[in-house]
Amino acid sequence: MSKIMPFEEPVIKLREKIDELKHIAQDAEVDMSGEIEKLEARLEQLEKSIYSNMAPWDRVQVARHPERPTTLAYIDAIFEDFIELHGDRLFGDDAAIVGGIASFNGQPITIIGHQRGKTTKENIRRNFGMPHPEGYRKALRLMKQAEKFNRPIVCFIDTKGAYPGKAAEERGQSEAIARNLIEMAGLKVPVISIVIGEGGSGGALALGVANRILMLENSTYSVISPEGAASILWKDASLAKQAAEAMKITAPDLMDMKIIDTIIPEVAGGAHRDIDKQAKVMKEHLTATLEDLSVLNEEELVQDRYEKFKAIGQFIEN
Amino acid sequence: MSIRDIFSVNRKKQRGNFSATKEKDFPEDLMTKCPECRKIHVTKAVEQNLKVCPNCQHHLKLTAQERVAIFLDEGSFTSLDDHLQTTNPLGFPAYVEKIEVDKKKTGLNEAVLTGVGTLQGDKVVVAIMDSHFRMGSMGSVVGEKITRAIEKATELRVPFIIFTASGGARMQEGVLSLMQMAKTSVALSRHSEMGLLYISILTHPTTGGVSASFASVGDFNIAEPQALIGFAGRRVIEQTVREKLPDDFQTAEFLLAHGQLDAIFHRHEMRDKVATIVKLHRKGEATHV
Repeated sequence: MSKIMPFEEPVIKLREKIDELKHIAQDAEVDMSGEIEKLEARLEQLEKSIYSNMAPWDRVQVARHPERPTTLAYIDAIFEDFIELHGDRLFGDDAAIVGGIASFNGQPITIIGHQRGKTTKENIRRNFGMPHPEGYRKALRLMKQAEKFNRPIVCFIDTKGAYPGKAAEERGQSEAIARNLIEMAGLKVPVISIVIGEGGSGGALALGVANRILMLENSTYSVISPEGAASILWKDASLAKQAAEAMKITAPDLMDMKIIDTIIPEVAGGAHRDIDKQAKVMKEHLTATLEDLSVLNEEELVQDRYEKFKAIGQFIEN
Repeated sequence: MSIRDIFSVNRKKQRGNFSATKEKDFPEDLMTKCPECRKIHVTKAVEQNLKVCPNCQHHLKLTAQERVAIFLDEGSFTSLDDHLQTTNPLGFPAYVEKIEVDKKKTGLNEAVLTGVGTLQGDKVVVAIMDSHFRMGSMGSVVGEKITRAIEKATELRVPFIIFTASGGARMQEGVLSLMQMAKTSVALSRHSEMGLLYISILTHPTTGGVSASFASVGDFNIAEPQALIGFAGRRVIEQTVREKLPDDFQTAEFLLAHGQLDAIFHRHEMRDKVATIVKLHRKGEATHV
């Protein structure tokens, strides 16, 4: 049974009630189709109103849902002939970031993404999708490889953020993130980043200097987690719900701020409810975005990225 | 220029520019306590020593204007983009008011002062972050000013030199602050593509998003002694790894030992050393084919 999020409880309860009624009707051999039909209509209404009016905190819960599809799930569903490539050639292989080459609509492509685990054991191995410096350096190595062979790069963003650990600092996580930002700026191939879960701080941005940024409808992208923001701003991490609202971290917020280019709609209730359907929608968006970028030459791709990021920010010029 | 000359520049500038040192009848203004060794010195003596503690060599924080005075050639500095104003994109209560207070306190429009000047005769573009303004945190205006300064350096074909001092991204501007890391990076990438020199000088403190963007990717990464430099905060790391961190963790010396810095320069030699680096990168200086 899937984990139920508090905001969707009314939907789940009603659905259970309908199922129960159907059973009763079947067992007792009485015709209750009128009532069931009415309730199903109400369910549809309820689903629509709840899932289309999700508060920021509701979206955070969907983005963090344990069954939310991860990078590897999308790779499996959207790409063909994926071969995973490991290691940064300097220190080690960080399982919090996966990457490799594959075929997309018959074209070669490089894919890189944060990788959370599904089970506790896998989460420990993958450090809950929070990279160490070698993760960013592996990502950069694969990006430079893509550039050499002139294939587009797709990055899936799905991390709470960089790992705040001792070893990460010793091995220069500031430099590793910073290096990715500056190197991504100059890549001569199309780069598309898609936020599929949580996009947290520098750890997310290290895969985010793209020509186009897409966000799944219920994903978030922020300078700090809602808990972190609450503890810095109000010295109380339990105010995360309020922080999620104040910090403007949802896809529609980022669209308003002209940071992202496209919101990818999710299946009702969140991507985890129907991964195949969600992957299909994502594939359509990815195909269209790659097609848009295919008309740009190397110089224009770099210029396009320059203009995109140069335009981000709000201030008064007088 | 010798160290003695820098001192005299500093002395001259003090009378004109240093509005920060108000004349009051309290000994707190006349005397300065070193935050490191706790020794009390005559404020004037500390200032004449470029705000380095005469006892323990601790480098006290400088304002952006003080940095200009001790680093660039006298009278050569012209500031850029002082007209940009911070707004309140997320609608945070009292944010604009806090900005106004710091504007008055520092005489800056935001947490960075940018401009064009000369360093021992070589034209350079500088950006100097000031931690007295909202902890030197980076929001939209800081990101825009630094980006425009880099663009200016690219346009003039001159070195770009930054003194970083920042607590990181500014929370009150949310993800817009995060994106300034990318914005400054696209500008730096273009400056670098032109074969131009970028020197990053990390001063106390340089943390968070500033550490994880332009501060760490200079052609030369230089730091002042004992400066705190790192991405995640010490407290957060201690809570995560549940172990006590070494005392020198995230100091300039720690970073140097871990291969993250080219050098640490004492404030007294910063101007001469950086000027030498700039001289060695003058176009046409290298004569191989």
